[in-house]
Amino acid sequence: MDSEREGPLILVECHLCVGEENWVDSRTIYIGHKEPPPGTEAFIQQRFPDNRIVSSKYTFWNFIPKNMFEQFRRVANFYFLIIFLVQLIIDTPTSPVTSGLPLFFVITVTAIKQGYEDWLRHKADNAVNQCSVHVVHHGKVVRKQSRKLRVGDVVLVKEDETFPCDLILLSSSRDDGTCFVTTASLDGESSHKTYYAVQETKAYNTEKEVDTIHATIECEQPQPDLYKFVGRINIYMTNEPVARPLGSENLLLRGATLKNTEYIYAVVIYTGMETKMALNYQSKSQKRSAVEKSMNAYLVVYLCILISKALINTALKYVWQSDPNKDEPFYNQKTEVERQRHLIRAFTDFLAFMVLFNYIIPVSMYVTVEMQKFLGSYFIMWDDEMFDEELGERAVVNTSDLNEELGQVEYVFTDKTGTLTENNMEFIECCVDGHVYVPHAICNGQVMPGAAGMDMIDSSPGPAAREHEELFFRALCLCHTVQVKEEDTVDGIKHGIHQGKSTSFYISSSPDEVALVEGMKRLGFTYLRLKDGQMEILNREDEVEKFELLDVLTFDSVRRRMSVIVRATGEVYLFCKGADSSIFPRVISGKVDQVRARVEQNAVEGLRTLCVAYRSLSPEQYEEVFQLLNRAKLALQDRDKQLAEAYDLIEKDLILLGATAVEDRLQEKAADTIESLHKAGIKVWVLTGDKMETAAATCYASKLFHRNTQILELTTKRTEEQSLHDVLFELSRTVLRQHGGMTRDTFSELSGDCTDYGLIIDGATLSAVMRPGQEGSNSGNYKEKFLEICRNCSAVLCCRMAPLQKAQIVKLIKASEEHPITLAIGDGANDVSMILEAHVGIGIMGKEGRQAVRNSDYAIPKFKHLKKMLLVHGHYYYIRISELVQYFFYKNVCFIFPQFLYQFFCGFSQQPLYDTAYLTLYNISFTSLPILLYSLIEQHINMDILKKDPCLYRDIAKNSLLRWPTFIYWTVLGVYDAIVMFFGAYFLFDNTTFTSNGQMFGNWTFGTLVFTVLVFTVTFKLALDTHYWTWINHFVIWGSLIFFVVFSLLWGGIIWPFLNYQRMYYVFMQMLSSGPAWLSIILLITASLLPDVVKKVIWRTLWPTTTERIQGQLSEFTPLASLHAPSKGSSHRRGSENQRNPRRSEPFTKKVMFTRWQKAPDYCTFTPLLRFADSSRHSRQGYNYSGAGPETSV
Amino acid sequence: MVKQESESANRPDNTAFTQQRLPAWQPILSAGIVIPGFVLIGLAFIGIGVALFVTSKSIQELEFDYTGYSNESPCSSCAQSVVANCKCSLNFTLTTLLQGPVFFYYGLSNYFQNYRRYGASKDDNQLYGDLSYFTSPSSSCSPYDYDSSKKPIVPCGSIANSMFNDTFTLTWTVNGKTNNVSLDGKGIAWWTDYNVKYRNPNVTPLKNAFNGTVKPINWAKPAYELDASDPSNNGFVNQDFLVWMRRAALPNFRKLYRRIDASGDYKNGLPAGNYTVDITYNYPVRAFNGVKKIVFSNVSWMGGRNEFLGIAYLVIGSLCVVMSVVMLIVYAKFKFPDEE
Repeated sequence: MDSEREGPLILVECHLCVGEENWVDSRTIYIGHKEPPPGTEAFIQQRFPDNRIVSSKYTFWNFIPKNMFEQFRRVANFYFLIIFLVQLIIDTPTSPVTSGLPLFFVITVTAIKQGYEDWLRHKADNAVNQCSVHVVHHGKVVRKQSRKLRVGDVVLVKEDETFPCDLILLSSSRDDGTCFVTTASLDGESSHKTYYAVQETKAYNTEKEVDTIHATIECEQPQPDLYKFVGRINIYMTNEPVARPLGSENLLLRGATLKNTEYIYAVVIYTGMETKMALNYQSKSQKRSAVEKSMNAYLVVYLCILISKALINTALKYVWQSDPNKDEPFYNQKTEVERQRHLIRAFTDFLAFMVLFNYIIPVSMYVTVEMQKFLGSYFIMWDDEMFDEELGERAVVNTSDLNEELGQVEYVFTDKTGTLTENNMEFIECCVDGHVYVPHAICNGQVMPGAAGMDMIDSSPGPAAREHEELFFRALCLCHTVQVKEEDTVDGIKHGIHQGKSTSFYISSSPDEVALVEGMKRLGFTYLRLKDGQMEILNREDEVEKFELLDVLTFDSVRRRMSVIVRATGEVYLFCKGADSSIFPRVISGKVDQVRARVEQNAVEGLRTLCVAYRSLSPEQYEEVFQLLNRAKLALQDRDKQLAEAYDLIEKDLILLGATAVEDRLQEKAADTIESLHKAGIKVWVLTGDKMETAAATCYASKLFHRNTQILELTTKRTEEQSLHDVLFELSRTVLRQHGGMTRDTFSELSGDCTDYGLIIDGATLSAVMRPGQEGSNSGNYKEKFLEICRNCSAVLCCRMAPLQKAQIVKLIKASEEHPITLAIGDGANDVSMILEAHVGIGIMGKEGRQAVRNSDYAIPKFKHLKKMLLVHGHYYYIRISELVQYFFYKNVCFIFPQFLYQFFCGFSQQPLYDTAYLTLYNISFTSLPILLYSLIEQHINMDILKKDPCLYRDIAKNSLLRWPTFIYWTVLGVYDAIVMFFGAYFLFDNTTFTSNGQMFGNWTFGTLVFTVLVFTVTFKLALDTHYWTWINHFVIWGSLIFFVVFSLLWGGIIWPFLNYQRMYYVFMQMLSSGPAWLSIILLITASLLPDVVKKVIWRTLWPTTTERIQGQLSEFTPLASLHAPSKGSSHRRGSENQRNPRRSEPFTKKVMFTRWQKAPDYCTFTPLLRFADSSRHSRQGYNYSGAGPETSV
Repeated sequence: MVKQESESANRPDNTAFTQQRLPAWQPILSAGIVIPGFVLIGLAFIGIGVALFVTSKSIQELEFDYTGYSNESPCSSCAQSVVANCKCSLNFTLTTLLQGPVFFYYGLSNYFQNYRRYGASKDDNQLYGDLSYFTSPSSSCSPYDYDSSKKPIVPCGSIANSMFNDTFTLTWTVNGKTNNVSLDGKGIAWWTDYNVKYRNPNVTPLKNAFNGTVKPINWAKPAYELDASDPSNNGFVNQDFLVWMRRAALPNFRKLYRRIDASGDYKNGLPAGNYTVDITYNYPVRAFNGVKKIVFSNVSWMGGRNEFLGIAYLVIGSLCVVMSVVMLIVYAKFKFPDEE
C-alpha cells in the first residue's frame, strides 16, 4: 500500500546504521503511539494490519458465493451444471431432474463438508486471536486480546509466554537488558538464545518507566527471512535525539517463547499476517492427490468419448434423415416448428445426445469420493495403534483429500529435532583413558547402590588413571555455560533434578551440555551454581569444591570446541571440550588411541561424542594467556578474528582425558520406521536446521545411514576448497561410476552388497546450487547435477536449512522429471513451509507448539506412527480409491453404452433405453452403496502382513492401479459387458414373444431387462473384487440388490399420481413372470463376468504381484479372520520384539543399562566398520565423523 | 488422575469396527476354486442350453409376408392402390396339426415405434380417462393434438393416430367345406393395461365424453366405435388399441392380433387343411420400405420360437468348460511361485 515510499531518514546522528542501502521500503513505528517531537521531520503514519491471524478461507457472508464459485470451478461440477441448464432449455430426452438432483446432492454435501472444515479453522484462529496479551497503556498494564494489538503498542511478556507478534525488545527484568528466548517452534532449535535491548531503553523496566519512553523505530517492511532484520530506533528523551541501529538480535519473533527471564517489555512492529512467522507460511493452497489427477485425466477421456458418441449419432441421424420417408414417415409427422431451423436443430440434436449420454461421466463419483475420503479418514483417527498414551493424543486428520496419497509416497522429508528424535538429550557414557563409565539408570525409583552409581568396565584404574578420572569429571562439571535455575514449581519439559528441598534446573543454550552436567551428577559430581565468579561442585564425598572461573573461551562452530580457565587452590587449569577432530590434533599426551577407538565406535552408534582435554597452566603461562585474551577482546577491528587467533594459541599442548557420549534419544522405533520406509521403496531425506555433526549422528542412529554407507559431502567447507562446480561434478562422477551399469534391484539395494551413498548438504551450499540464472544455462545444470546425485543416494541429509529452504528442497524434488510424490513430516513452525509444500504434510504433536499440526494435512503423535500411516492406511486407501475410480467409470460405461447402441435401432431419435427413475437412481442408489462401502472397508490383505512386509508398498508405487492400461482394461470390460447385455436382450426380443400367454413386451421391458442385468452385473463384479467380506459387505451388497428389486416392484406396482406418464407400470413384474427373462438374466450376468474372472485367474498365475503371492500363501479359505484380531497388549509386545536394537529407541527403560561390550554379538562385526574408517581416510569424499560440539547461543 | 482421565477420553474406541478388524471372510479368486466352479457352471449351462434348444425346435411357426412388393404376391394390387379397405387374401396349407394354443400375430419391419418423438406423442392423463385432458391435450401430442379446425383430437398423438388398421379373418377349407375360424381378441393386451393403466371416462354413453373432440386423422371410426360387437372393448380399453399403444422395442416387431379360439375343431390347434386369410389392406408401409407379415405360432413355457437363448447357453457353457481347461493348463504349467 505504500510501495516505493522512501522513509524519511535521519542520518545526522546515525553512527552505526547498518545496511542502509538494503532499505527498499521502510515503516516508522511510534513507540506507545507517541508522536515524535515537533522539531523532527514529519513522518507519515502508515496503516498497519491488526494482529489477527487468518487461516480460514470463508466468512459467514461470502461462504455461499465463494464456495459455489470454487465448486463450479471443478470441471465435473461445471459440466453437470451445463448439462442441467441444457436440459432446462432445450427439448431433451430426459428430464432436468435426472441431472439436477444428483448435482444438487453433490454440491450440498461438499459445501457442508467444506463449511465444517472452515468452521474448525475459524475456531482455531479465534483461539489464537483471542488469547490475552498484556499491554502497557498509560503506565498501566492492561489485558488485551491478541488480535487487537496494534503496531506501536508496548507489551509485557512474562516467562514462558509466547510472543504474540514481532517485537523489538525495549527492556527486560534483567539488569543487562537481555532476555533468553527459545525459537524452537520457529526454526527447530531448542536452545536458548540471548536477545538484547537497546542501551538507551534497557533501564526502563517497569510499566511506569516504559511508558515514558519516547522514541520511534524505523525499520524495513516485513520480509520472511527469520534471521535478517534492519532497523533503527530514534530516541528523543535527551536534548539531542539519538539513533541506534537495530538488528535481528533485538527482534523477538512471533512464535518464540520467553525463557529464563521474568518479564520483558517490547514494542510491536509487525503484526498479524505480516509477522515473519506468518510470512513463512505459504498460502494454504488446495492440495490435489495423484489419484484426483488421474481421475481428471480419465474424465477428459470420457468427455471425449461422450462428445464423439454424440457427434457420431448426430451425423448418423442426419444421414438417416436424408431419406424423407425415414425422416418423416406417415406415422410420425413433425410439427411445423420441427420442420424449420435445420442448423439449430442439428445443434440441439447434438446437445440432446450429449444429455442422453451424459451419465457416462459418473455423476456421483465425486460425491462418493468425497464421502469415502471424509468417512475413511475416521479410520485414521480411530486407530488405536496410533494413539499415544504418553501424550494422550491420537492421530488427527486435517484434510481428508489426501488419504490415498499416503499410499503413493516416494520421498519422505523429515525434520530431525522433535521428529526423529525426542528433542531430549541423554548422557550415555564417558570414557576416561579407555575406561568406560556408564551411569546407572534409576532403578525402581532408587539409585543403585555401590560406587555411587558407577560401573567400571576394564580393570580398575591405577593411581595415575585415578587422577585423570578426577580431573575428567571436574572438567565436565566446569567446562560449560550451563545456568542453574531454582524453581519451586515443576515444569514437565525441563530437566528437573530433585534435591529434596527445591527443584533446580540446568538451563543452557545447548541441550548437550545439560545432558553432560546431568550425567556427571549421576556419576557423583553435581554442579551447584556459579556464584561470585566461583563455580561450586558437590563431589562424591558430598563436599563442596569451589573453582574460580577465570575465563570462558566460548564455543564457535569453526573451532568446534570450548574451554574454561579455572583456578582451584592456587593451580590454574584450562579445560577444553570439543569435537574429536578439533581436539586430537592439539593433544600432546594421553591415551589417544584408546579414546579415539571409543569415540569412533560411539560415532558409528550415532551418539554425539565430545572429547575432553586439559592443560595445567603455570602462573606465568596464565599471565600470558590473560594478556592475549584481553588484547583480543579490546580490539575494535576484526575482534572475532583476533579472538580466534588468541584461542588458537591458548588451546594447545592439551592432555587428553577422555570422551563423552550423549544421545539425543531417537523417538521410539524411529530406526525401525525408517528401515521399513526404506524397504517400502521410499527415500528418506532429513532436513534440519541443526548443524551437520549432530544431524549426521542422528542419521546413523536412525539407520538412515548405515555403517557401510559412503557419505558424500556437499558443504560449505568443501566448496570453500573447491568450486561448487568441481565438487558437484566430482560427486556425480563418483555416484554414477557405481550405479552406471548396474540395475538397482530393489532387494539388493537393501542387502548392502553395493555401496550405499548418503549425501550431506548444508543450507549455504544448497542456496548456491539453487541460485538462479548466474551463468544462465549453467545454473540449471547445477540443479540437474544435484538431483542426479540425490537420486542415486539412498539417503540425503540437509542441514542448516532455513524453513523456506526446506520447502525449496521439497519443491525441487516435486518438480524433478519423475514428479515423485513427496511427504514432509515435522513438528515445529520451521517445518510448516515444507509441510505445506509437500504433497502430503504430516505434523508431529511435539513439544514445539501446534503450528505444524495446524498446518499439516495429518498429524500423528509420534514418528513411529508414520509406518502404519503409510504402509497400512495409505496402502488401503490407495487400493480402495483406485478401485472406486475405475469401478465408477466401468459401471457408467456399462450403463450408457447400451443406450448408445440402442440409438442405432431407434433411428437416432435420442430415445432413452431406461426409464427416468433408473437413469437418476442408478448412480445415486442402486450401485452407490456397495462401492462406497468397499472403498471404506476393503482389505485386500491383512494389515499385519502389510506392516510386517513393507515391500508390499512397492506394488502400488507410481499410481500403478490407475495407469492407462488398467483404465483401458476396465473400459473395455465395460464396453464388452454393455455389448453382451444389449445384444443379449436384443436377440431375446428379436421378433418373438417370450411369455407363455403370447403377449408381447414393449421397449420399456427391453430397457428394464438390460438394466436389471446391468445392476446385477456391476454389483457382482464388485463382489468378485471384494476380498474382505464382513457382515456389512453382505448386508450392503445383497441389500442393494434387494433394494433394486423392491424399488422396481414398487415403482411399477403403483400408478404414481404425480407423474404424467405411467410407462413403467407393471413392466418389471411382467418381465419377471416370464421364464426366459430369468434365464437370460442369469446367462447375461454370467457371460459378462466370465472374462474378468478368467483374466484374474490367469494373471494371478502368470504374473502375480507380491501381494497376490502372499494372498496365495494364506489358505484359500480363511474361514474367519477373527484370528487376527489380537488384543492390544500382545500387538504391543510383538512390536517391541521386532526392534533390532531396543536400547536405542526405547524410552526410559527401567532395566539397568549395562555396558554394550557385554553384548558381544551385536558389535563383533567390526570389518565393515574398519572399511568405513579406511575409506573415509583414503578418499576425500569420505566423511570423517566428528562428534558434536556444544552449541552456544547466538 | 486427571491426566489419565483425559487420556482415556481422547483414546479411540477399541472396537473391531474402528480398528478395521471386523471378522471377515477373505475369499481369493484362485485357480483352485475357479476351475471346478467353471466346470460346474459350464455343465449346468450346457444342460439348460440343450433343453432350451430342443424346446425351441419343437415350436412351430408360420410366417407370411403380405406387403405385396412382388407382383406374385396376392396383395400386390392393394399395395399399389390407395383405396381404403382394399381386400386381398392369402392361402396356405397345413399338412399337420399346428399344436395349440395358436397365436395370430401381425408383424411390421422397418417400423420405428421406438422413435423418441413418436413414443412421447401421447397423453397418459387423457388415456387414463381424465376429461380435462380431452379438451386440451398435452402439447407432447403435437402435431396430432388439434385438427385443422382447432378441435382437440382424442386420443391424441402419433401412436394413436398411426394405429394398425389392417384386419384379418381366417377360414379353414376342409373337404370343400369352408369354416370360419373363430379368433379370440380378448386378453391380447396386458391385463394391467386393460384394467388399470387405461381407462375410459366415467360417462355413459361413452360417446358423450367425446363431445367436442375429433377422432384421430387416420382413423376411420372414432374411439368409442372401435368394436361394434363388444361395448366393453371400446374407447381406450380396446384390446387392439392397447396392443398398439405398447411400443415395440425394436424396428422389426410383432404384435399379437388374435388367439385361435380353442374350441370345437380347433381344440388342439389348427388342424391340417387349406386356410385362407382374408385381409383388409389399409396400412401403408411401402413408403419406408416396411414389410407387413402375418404369423401363426404356438408357444411353449418359454414363449415363442427363439433359438438364441438355447444357443447362447450352449456357447457360454462350453466357453466355461474351455476356459477351465485353459486355466488348468496355465495353472499346471506355471503354478504358484510359492508352491515351489
